[in-house]
Amino acid sequence: MAAMFFVVTMTLYFAATVSFLAYLLWPSEALSNVSLGMTATGFASHTIALGAGMIGVTDVSTPGFHQALSFFSWVLILVFLAVEFRHRLHVLGSFIVPLALVSLVSAAALPETAPTLTPVFRTLWVHVTLSMLGTVGFAIAFVAGLMYLIQDGLLKSKRFNVLYSKLPALDFLDHLNQQSIVTGFPLLTLGIITGALSAEISRGSYLNWNPEQTWALVTWVFYFVVLMGRLTVGWRAKRAAYLTIIGFAGVILTLIGVVLKGHGPVS
Amino acid sequence: MHIVVVGLSHKTAPVEIREKLAVPESRMGEALTRLCSYQGVREGILLSTCNRVEVYAVVDEIESGYGRIQDFLADAHLSLSSEQLTPHMYWHEGDRAISHLFRVASSLDSMIVGESQILGQIKEAFDVALAHKATGIILNKVVKKAISVAKRVRTETKIAEMAVSVSYAAVELAKKIFSNLSEKTVLLVGAGEMAKLAARHFIANGVRHVRVTTRNPQHALELANRFSGTAVAFEEFLEDMASADIVLVSTGAAHYLVSEDDVQRSVKQRMNRPMFLIDISVPRNIDPAVRHVDNAFLFDIDDLKTRVEQNRGERLNEAEKAERMVVDEVGIVRQWLQSLEVTPTIMALRARVDDIKQAELDKTLGRLANLSALERELVEEMASSIVNKLIHNTMVTLKAEVNSSEGAAFVEAARRFFSLGDPAVCNVNESASTSSGTCHSSQADLREVGEVTPRTGSKMPDH
Repeated sequence: MAAMFFVVTMTLYFAATVSFLAYLLWPSEALSNVSLGMTATGFASHTIALGAGMIGVTDVSTPGFHQALSFFSWVLILVFLAVEFRHRLHVLGSFIVPLALVSLVSAAALPETAPTLTPVFRTLWVHVTLSMLGTVGFAIAFVAGLMYLIQDGLLKSKRFNVLYSKLPALDFLDHLNQQSIVTGFPLLTLGIITGALSAEISRGSYLNWNPEQTWALVTWVFYFVVLMGRLTVGWRAKRAAYLTIIGFAGVILTLIGVVLKGHGPVS
Repeated sequence: MHIVVVGLSHKTAPVEIREKLAVPESRMGEALTRLCSYQGVREGILLSTCNRVEVYAVVDEIESGYGRIQDFLADAHLSLSSEQLTPHMYWHEGDRAISHLFRVASSLDSMIVGESQILGQIKEAFDVALAHKATGIILNKVVKKAISVAKRVRTETKIAEMAVSVSYAAVELAKKIFSNLSEKTVLLVGAGEMAKLAARHFIANGVRHVRVTTRNPQHALELANRFSGTAVAFEEFLEDMASADIVLVSTGAAHYLVSEDDVQRSVKQRMNRPMFLIDISVPRNIDPAVRHVDNAFLFDIDDLKTRVEQNRGERLNEAEKAERMVVDEVGIVRQWLQSLEVTPTIMALRARVDDIKQAELDKTLGRLANLSALERELVEEMASSIVNKLIHNTMVTLKAEVNSSEGAAFVEAARRFFSLGDPAVCNVNESASTSSGTCHSSQADLREVGEVTPRTGSKMPDH
């Protein structure tokens, strides 16, 4: 059943992506409701798929990348729907839904059971959940940064096109960027701590400086600097947008590296 | 009964005439009372804004109604005669009057198409009319419909989003940089007319902090007072610029007053919070090189005009959409009005024939005293049956023709054939009032039997 709902979800997200991208370029607002409807239905179907998948989970099964990415895209859409509900910001969907689709398609390409079969405990689930929640924060920050740079570019070059009229105010995007990092950063911190704990339990050492652990720490330090820079010396607006885009690119590269090596989740 | 509008607007009359006719809010009630005291005026509502003075009314006869309302408008001002007003007025009746009201409410007839103020003004005018019982079943329905049409136009078209003046364009651009203008500070440099207008638009859109600087300190103080802001010494405004989110420059200076370095320094002091600079001066007062500064957004008068031109084009499309909506909605109201005219006619017809039947029965049965109960019943039944068969076709035809273009003619014919007199709406309580047909009596008739509102202003119930 989970597999069927997973396919339904993917189909709906694909349709919503197409419709949301068309919405971005079309002067009318008509497509927004259709796109939103498909996203919300897809989200419901995804929830069922995840719920059905959970039934088979026991303490000893390992969360693999399939589950992690699927969960990532679920939370991403959840956050989008929440922001949409509060601020009526349809255009956010044009950026987040494609991202969720890519994540879901990547999940589909990966095997459902993780290749690493070291017996681990519930801590690994906590670690994966927290890290993924933190990553969602950075993903939203990335999207906000991207939208910021587009709107900034349009305003500077005085191109008042459809995109300009649909994108929200710059300070809203900057605020969204800040909030996402402020929320994502502590979650990632907790994710890294629980990851170190589960590494200690399964391998007997907190940190063995393998590439993915190193990258995770580099990512952590990067976002720490970004956050501090914003709060103290005014790294906001355009600079914050650039930094969060670079940071998220780093996160993606780490994930790809880890997946290609066939290791367990990033710790 | 006819719906009419008589009035003048910014399109037909200069401000000198409009301001003479404008009715201040404090005298609105009195004016409505006077309007409704005119013979043949059944319902009325008075819309008085800086751009238009209009009377919407339900009158017995179109031509005499036009004349009376025009007299009413001229009466408000002693120095104007009704004839002097004629070249500036417009008169519409029926569908065109309703359509006019819908277009006004939807801001399609406004000086700045798409502005939202007019809808609030119509609501206020309607509230006043309701409080003074000047409107009745027809205007209540039509004005409420106008309000809902206006809301539909606002939600279903983008007409309200279009900036169509330079100062609106400035506000619209600012809203793409700052989501909440109420926490922002505007610095007004110089006292050019356009900049003052823009400052006023910013204040209307929520900006609360205004700082003003001009070469003449006295002038700056006066302006600051007018905008409830603070005056800044002209020599110091460049240092002060960092405290402003929005800088509006419009001076007569022939050179650049604000350089790239000045803006760069301000943005740095602001810890990279965005700055929005508008240069409305010609020749320009802000160095165009400022556009290279990150997080500073400079727009000059040409940029704003480009935006206005773009919006004008888009707005035309939106206005066309809105016009089509108005046409549809007028059709709906027209149907309602027509059914309204037939229903009282049918009721009056029924009452009339029943009266005749009863009178004849009384007469006949009085002479046939020896009839048994059953025989009496048979006679009564026969009378009812004849009457019903006689009027049956008339009733059916009236109901069937209600929505046809000749509906009104059928109603008129039925009224004449059966001597039904004037439309029923207002003569139910005629005996209770000495002069029939004023708004107040028709109001009372419609609302509740027995509630007879006095017609003189002094006795008007004040709600």
